[in-house]
Amino acid sequence: MNPNQLEDLENIDIEIPLFLEAIFQKYGYDFRDYSTAHIKRRLMHRMAIGRFETISQMQDKVLRDKSFFISLLEDLSINVTEMFRDPEFYSSFREHVVPNLRTYPFIKIWHAGCATGEEVYSLAILLKEENLLDRCQIYATDFNRRVLDIAKLGIYPTQDLEKFSRNYIESGGKGKLSDYYTLKYGSLKLDQSLSKKVVFADHNLVTDNVFAEVNLILCRNVLIYFNKDLQNKVINLFFKSLSSSGFLCLGTKESLRFTQLESNFANIDSSQKIYKKRIN
Amino acid sequence: MFRAAVIGTSYGGLNALKAIIPHLPKDFPLAIFVVLHIGDNKNDSFIQYLNKQSKVKIKEAEEKEEIKAGTVYFAPPNYHILIENNSTIALSTDPKIHHSRPSIDVLFESAAWHFKNQLIGILLTGLNHDGALGIKEIQKYCGITIVEDPETAIATIMPASAIEIMKPDYILHLDQISKKIIELSKLD
Repeated sequence: MNPNQLEDLENIDIEIPLFLEAIFQKYGYDFRDYSTAHIKRRLMHRMAIGRFETISQMQDKVLRDKSFFISLLEDLSINVTEMFRDPEFYSSFREHVVPNLRTYPFIKIWHAGCATGEEVYSLAILLKEENLLDRCQIYATDFNRRVLDIAKLGIYPTQDLEKFSRNYIESGGKGKLSDYYTLKYGSLKLDQSLSKKVVFADHNLVTDNVFAEVNLILCRNVLIYFNKDLQNKVINLFFKSLSSSGFLCLGTKESLRFTQLESNFANIDSSQKIYKKRIN
Repeated sequence: MFRAAVIGTSYGGLNALKAIIPHLPKDFPLAIFVVLHIGDNKNDSFIQYLNKQSKVKIKEAEEKEEIKAGTVYFAPPNYHILIENNSTIALSTDPKIHHSRPSIDVLFESAAWHFKNQLIGILLTGLNHDGALGIKEIQKYCGITIVEDPETAIATIMPASAIEIMKPDYILHLDQISKKIIELSKLD
């Protein structure tokens, strides 16, 4: 093998943890326990775009240039989402979770890692159709303030509208998605009434603690970006935040299997990854 | 000695994979990762079908799963698949690459970085450019590269766009590919 190229790869594996440590020390954002494969991919691409020769060179830049750090933060945050993503999840949620929520006079919900908010509005639409929204308080959180600002506005490009509408129908929506938005200047704006029960807030799953006791947590397609230790830590945070018999909804390819708290949750729908906290 | 093979394909891929995977022997010593573009469709039934036809084990890749030799891992629809430093599988919902999730480039690149010269990269029939940069990356880190001969490919764009930007170690007719993989897998 070409010794230079092999050495490059070896050095990268040494440099990446140092780079993440530097970001943590300097800016307080902690990516040290993210999945290495994801981090490596994103940093390698940033390195190519920014024409850095090495990760160490890029580390020098990130320590001294805050605007460069902000762009890196965008690279490292997970912002892919869509309305009614995984429609089967929402239909299962209607079937398995909604009847239970009905029994509560007041329902507190935490949507962790909400990105630009499309799935928060999807949940609000579902709850509205089930006549539950007025009884709910939804906390939608993310560590990226830029995406939270977009979420608060509830304005999205129309390019994905067809997909959103199809998802809505497949999810068991009771009306038409167009009942919930208006089209303006090539964008779709979601009905303000959907967000009146939502508080969008800055919260970092890695470094922040429990901020409320809730009856339901949705955290979908976030844990796959974490390593095993961090997954355990975050699930423990969810466990502490959930009220007795509260629900936890993860992404379709995420699971509590092999995590430390697996036995503290019951499987409600194993294919859609809906769990319920066991009564102690 | 090779530790893994990665296969990427899109249009015509079902047929192409049927011409390769069932020929692999029971004690095949490599792990195999497959990205097949099939849109939002599930691949459960194809996996089931292949399992009946094949001697190696075929399954959908799971998040944090430990990689085992003699197993074929399919990327789940709508997720990219990557290889972790500790030889486990990572999934991601990152944006589509070449309108594709899973993307062949994402798998190939991450496998190239992990397995280096112990990797075989195989690019088959397909209708877009996904995989070309990935197989180039495999070559950069001294893996062996095989591209299906565009003459036998159902869709030529994918193999042809790889050949345009790199020189594969082998350009083979579809029916020659399984034989070559088995031969390579026996090298020390």
